[in-house]
Amino acid sequence: MTSRYQQTNPQAGPHVRNPGKVPSLMTTVLIALLPATVFGIYIFGLPALNTVVLCLLSAFLFESLCVWLVKKRIRLVLFDGSALLTGLLLALTLPPWAPWWISVGGTGFAIIVGKHVYGGLGQNPFNPAMLARVALLLSFPLQMTAWVNPAPLFSANSPGVMDSLFTTFGGMDIPDALSGATLLGQVKTDLGQGLGLNSLLVNYYDPLLNGIGFTSGSLGETSSLLILLGGVYLIWRGIINWQLPLSLLISVTVISSLFYGFNPEQYASPLYHLSSGALMLGAFFILTDPVTTPATIRGQVIFGTSCGLLVYVIRTWGGYPEGVAFAVLLMNGLTPLIDHYFKPRQYGRNRQGSPLAMPSLSDVKSRTRS
Amino acid sequence: MTNSSGTSISNASDTPANSSSINYRQIIADGLWNNNVVFGQLLALCPLLAVTTTATNGLGMGLASTVVLVASNVLVSMTRSLISSEVRIPVFVLLIATLVTLVDMAMNAWLHDLHKMLGLFIPLIVTNCVILGRAEAFASRQPVIPSALDGLMMGIGFTLALVLLGAVREVLGSGTLFANASLLLGPSFTALELTLVNDYQGIVLMLLPPGGFLVLGFLIVAKRLVDQRIERHRQKPSGLIATSSEQQLQRNH
Repeated sequence: MTSRYQQTNPQAGPHVRNPGKVPSLMTTVLIALLPATVFGIYIFGLPALNTVVLCLLSAFLFESLCVWLVKKRIRLVLFDGSALLTGLLLALTLPPWAPWWISVGGTGFAIIVGKHVYGGLGQNPFNPAMLARVALLLSFPLQMTAWVNPAPLFSANSPGVMDSLFTTFGGMDIPDALSGATLLGQVKTDLGQGLGLNSLLVNYYDPLLNGIGFTSGSLGETSSLLILLGGVYLIWRGIINWQLPLSLLISVTVISSLFYGFNPEQYASPLYHLSSGALMLGAFFILTDPVTTPATIRGQVIFGTSCGLLVYVIRTWGGYPEGVAFAVLLMNGLTPLIDHYFKPRQYGRNRQGSPLAMPSLSDVKSRTRS
Repeated sequence: MTNSSGTSISNASDTPANSSSINYRQIIADGLWNNNVVFGQLLALCPLLAVTTTATNGLGMGLASTVVLVASNVLVSMTRSLISSEVRIPVFVLLIATLVTLVDMAMNAWLHDLHKMLGLFIPLIVTNCVILGRAEAFASRQPVIPSALDGLMMGIGFTLALVLLGAVREVLGSGTLFANASLLLGPSFTALELTLVNDYQGIVLMLLPPGGFLVLGFLIVAKRLVDQRIERHRQKPSGLIATSSEQQLQRNH
């Protein structure tokens, strides 16, 4: 029975202000990814469109298959958009002209092994898209490092419809004129030959072009600025917090500045690290996956900072030119441990879990009087 | 979860054998399928993942382990009244280590080519917890003949699992099957060596340890599905019990 008072005056908080359902959340993230995706398709041409469409389609199909196998309510689970997000994230990290079996197999791995083996949405310990990317990179090193130089849509070099279908489905090789190395890969190779960075970078590094994304690289990772835009949109909509992405970016900036100041011939500048590879995509769209990262802000800051250190270490001294996927997976493995030590404080209890001291009656009285 | 269900199976299946009448059929079914070393008990994962990059390697490891398993079960069973329960584990370990060393030296002396092929795997057998596990769970409480049978069946079950896992990983990883089998079994087995796909690039992941875990996981799922189906068959009419268990045995051979 509700009294008149309860009807007219709101109850004590917290109040739900947002529908907060999974589909609306996923749709917002998909919208935030749209600029980077469209840009990727624009600069890498129709084969990139094939890759994106294949990943999205196969994500939908594999998700339906898994949901049907475990006899969940298909309509409830299938249309939450989480599978599409996984598919799109994977597509954005693939080489733009990847053959069809890379896209389909990778998405299958992400959905089946990365997600549904553990029990579906919310149960997976590792980020499915990153898991699939690492599995593909380890399994098919040749195809996963076949990069193309940007050739914007409708330009002379951009392949036509038939050529793009042949590239994706017929196993046509990338023409020599278009194949190229990524910035991170090229620098790694040249540094290995004992060349100094200052003489190297003038040849193929333009901070502005690199930031906008007119470089070779993964489908949707090249344009750091557009991804940053999407990330800021997510923060503005309240989907992600700012602490997690910022902790990653700050830790990469700090450690790369340290080494850059120490020896700029050997170690690249912070701007180079921030605008290259998957760092921006990782910061705003991979790390902020609510399932596989710590629950508390303090835990997330530790997660992001450690990820940044790992990315720098792998890029600088590791065997692979890019380390975001490896760093994220390694830290995903540590997430339960971080969550164990940084639990959210229960209401009315301190961080150790014992109840807070009750204020004595005289305290309360004196406070209300004053 | 898998571990607890595995032990519960082993407890349930060991109990009837503890009584005076020994159920040989039960021992065979347990070793080959119900309580399979790999798929039922999830034991011996370290050698399993290390050597099963090809089916041939799996076969070699499995055969060597079977020999040691039978011999250690027989020895433990023979000496079970002499060993007090307080010192049994160190004594078992000593027995097993001695046996492995003997097998190693004997193979080096009389089967030198085979030893060159398997040399890496033989010392690994000491670390195989199945052998100590069977000594403790079965041989130390049973007469010699059932113990020998248990060792043999567990060994064959282990070998089958290793060959299966190795075959799947080899086909996916390098596109061949039973590569180098002639080195292990002699030149007459060259026909076993198959190249399924020419110019196969291979899923490199399958040859790495994660691939081993992945394949193992999916094979365990397959075994569970078969078990479920058998259980459903059993629950329908009671007359089908015998036939379903026979089918189950046939599936293993």
